[in-house]
Amino acid sequence: MTDTSYVRLAMLAPQKPPASEVGAVRWVRENLFSGWLNSFLSLAAIYVLFQILSGIGPWFLNSVWNASSLEECRQIIAEANGPGVKGACFAVVNERWLQIIFGFYPRELYWRPILTMVLMLVALAPVLFSRLPRAMLWFSFAFPAVAFWLLWGGSVWLPITILLGFAVGFVAFRVIAPLNGLLGIIAAIVLPILYWLYLCGPLEQAIHAAVPLGLRQLASDDFGGFLLSSVIGVSGIAFSLPLGVLLALGRQSDLFIVKTCCVAFIEGFRGVPLITLLFVASLLLKYFLPPGSDFDVILRVIIMVTIFSAAYMAEVIRGGLAALPRGQYEAADALGLDYWRAQRLIIMPQALKVSIPGIVGNFIGLFKDTTLVSFISLQDPLQLVSSIRANTEWNGVYWELFIFVGALFFIFCFSMSRYSMYLENKLKTDHR
Amino acid sequence: MLLYDTRYRSLTIQVVFLVLLVAFFAWLVDNTISNLALKDKDFDFGFLFVRAGYDINQTLVPYTSDNTHGRALLVGLLNTLLLAFLACVLATVIGLVAGVLRLSKNWLVSRLMAVYVETVRNVPVVLWIVLVNAIFSISAPEPKEFKGDNPEASMVLFDSLAFTNRGVYMPQPEFSRSLGAVEMGGISFSLNFLAIVLVLAASVWVWRRLLADATRVQNATGLRPVTWWKSLAILALPILALLIATGFHLSYPVLKGFNFNGGLQVRNSLLAMWIALSIYSATYIAESVRGGVLAISRGQTEAALALGLHQGLAMRLVVLPQALRVIIPPLISQYLSTTKNTSLAIAVGYMDLRSTLGGITMNQTGKELECMLLLMGIYLTVSLIISALMNVYNRSIALKER
Repeated sequence: MTDTSYVRLAMLAPQKPPASEVGAVRWVRENLFSGWLNSFLSLAAIYVLFQILSGIGPWFLNSVWNASSLEECRQIIAEANGPGVKGACFAVVNERWLQIIFGFYPRELYWRPILTMVLMLVALAPVLFSRLPRAMLWFSFAFPAVAFWLLWGGSVWLPITILLGFAVGFVAFRVIAPLNGLLGIIAAIVLPILYWLYLCGPLEQAIHAAVPLGLRQLASDDFGGFLLSSVIGVSGIAFSLPLGVLLALGRQSDLFIVKTCCVAFIEGFRGVPLITLLFVASLLLKYFLPPGSDFDVILRVIIMVTIFSAAYMAEVIRGGLAALPRGQYEAADALGLDYWRAQRLIIMPQALKVSIPGIVGNFIGLFKDTTLVSFISLQDPLQLVSSIRANTEWNGVYWELFIFVGALFFIFCFSMSRYSMYLENKLKTDHR
Repeated sequence: MLLYDTRYRSLTIQVVFLVLLVAFFAWLVDNTISNLALKDKDFDFGFLFVRAGYDINQTLVPYTSDNTHGRALLVGLLNTLLLAFLACVLATVIGLVAGVLRLSKNWLVSRLMAVYVETVRNVPVVLWIVLVNAIFSISAPEPKEFKGDNPEASMVLFDSLAFTNRGVYMPQPEFSRSLGAVEMGGISFSLNFLAIVLVLAASVWVWRRLLADATRVQNATGLRPVTWWKSLAILALPILALLIATGFHLSYPVLKGFNFNGGLQVRNSLLAMWIALSIYSATYIAESVRGGVLAISRGQTEAALALGLHQGLAMRLVVLPQALRVIIPPLISQYLSTTKNTSLAIAVGYMDLRSTLGGITMNQTGKELECMLLLMGIYLTVSLIISALMNVYNRSIALKER
């Protein structure tokens, strides 16, 4: 007799997991309601989101994009949704966005800042991407003069004669250095300065009289909006980077007096608000220069912004230098490199790589800080917003313009910070 | 030659550098002197002792337009420090919360905090200041809207706070049997507040002695004596006695005519600056808090959990103390930059140091050079003091390496 107790011959199909353990329900349970604290936080977050959306949502949905004044905006909104309904009047942005971007730059000359922008990308390319031909760096070097000429206009010979000064220095160095190294360096510094002080102006005028070639000259009053912010921000960062490197090296140096001066410079300029420096640029700089010398207000602002930002840049780069292991310095010494070669070939490439996040962060901060120039009555985006609001047609518009300006700043700064994170990852060659 | 002899080389370079530097400064000073002579101006700080002749709408120490420019400077400096202190405290609180919440496992909350941090820090602080100020001055009701039996606006918190477009009216602490005040160097200190601070400090000291005592008993016997009612008595009774003795009461703001009377009026300019600076600086603090917590290796948390500590204790006893070392240095620089950012009060007309000394005083006296140099000197001193204090604190919690 065989014992025929029940034996299952076929496998049962697996049961479905409980509904609370799959798909959206599980995700919600694990991520939003995994405990009483988490549930409370989630509910609070949902409440906040609901409040914000219910407050702003209808305002956005009822927005008007085409109208010629705030009155008309309100009329259109009232007709569409009944009286008492609020709505955004983005018509003001639609009508004035060019002004917020370019300020009072003449409309028919908009190609000049746009071309400058394109050329700036070309000039930046060899700096950012090492695969491009090195010859392009010459254009990057000449770009500030080109940009100055394109933006401000005037005779084409002015930037060329100024650039010629560098050539003078280079030639002087090449000719004299083989005879005496020290004398060569001194000549390479002194001769261009003498050239710029005494020869540059007459030479430019002479050539201009012979071959008048140039663009329409614009005053600094014509600059405004994001164009002004970019001009100040980009030149501030471009000039402050080399200055910051020098200051950081000075602060690390063994020479006591040099070190003390660098520390005093860095700490002094980091300790005062940028706005006081801007006031110095607009009120005091004329006291410090020889009587009668008066130059462009944007240039003065760029000088002060450069000094301010160089102090911060120096600290960022000092951080990068401090992060380098001592062995790198010793290895450079062991190879027999002198101070400047060691810095250029061994130390700086590594230190700058480490400092990239800080440098980009500095740039973002500087770009945001350019809004402060509105307090010395330059036409930055915020100042333009208030002058648009002072207009009778748009008197009473607040949030729409702020949102537009804020969004533009956000797009720029946010993408910069993302780019720096990408760069940081790409350059990270150590293994962790 | 001096330059090629290694014994003298660095000295030679430094001497040349110094000579050039001195020459540069001499050139600047010479230019300044001739410029001042051209404008018929002199360089002296005597104007600080001249009658100011302008009003300041929010002061911490008594001030009238008959006081000197020097007094106005002091009022402005105190306003700057008040704003900097308030903003740093609130920014730290918001930043800590936002930084920890951004690390939370709760998807919704961490995303919300990420959006907050990224949005706020990528837009200039001036824009936030102007925006918050606009919210206060446009959206808040006028005082007259509080009038009538069925008013359009009403006070909050048991009729003690009134948000209006002229500022916030709140109850003011007053003493009916005041102890008076002492005058010291032109600033009067209220003895009442001094007494309160002293009593509080003494209570806290005794309370900590009590707790230390309890811990000692616990260490010796294994039983912790009950201390909560003693703590309560030590902390609450003396201060209550003092408040009753000095006749402490609150004077509430009351609507009279078209405006509020009594109570304390806090101007919207201060509130707007405070809130805007706080939410802006908080994003930076949040990022350094997040970075600090992430910098502590995962093994530390795991070790703490393996020891049997639960999640909260592991965070409080193991992770945060180590993270603090990473957080403090960026926090110092954030405090410094917040303090410097208070000078943006120019956007909303809060009477800080820049608006008194570097604003009205400068415009009235025409002493640009003196005013700006003094202004920058004061800001520099304040910055250096803050950074020195914070560095002392940083050193006290830093990892002791021997």
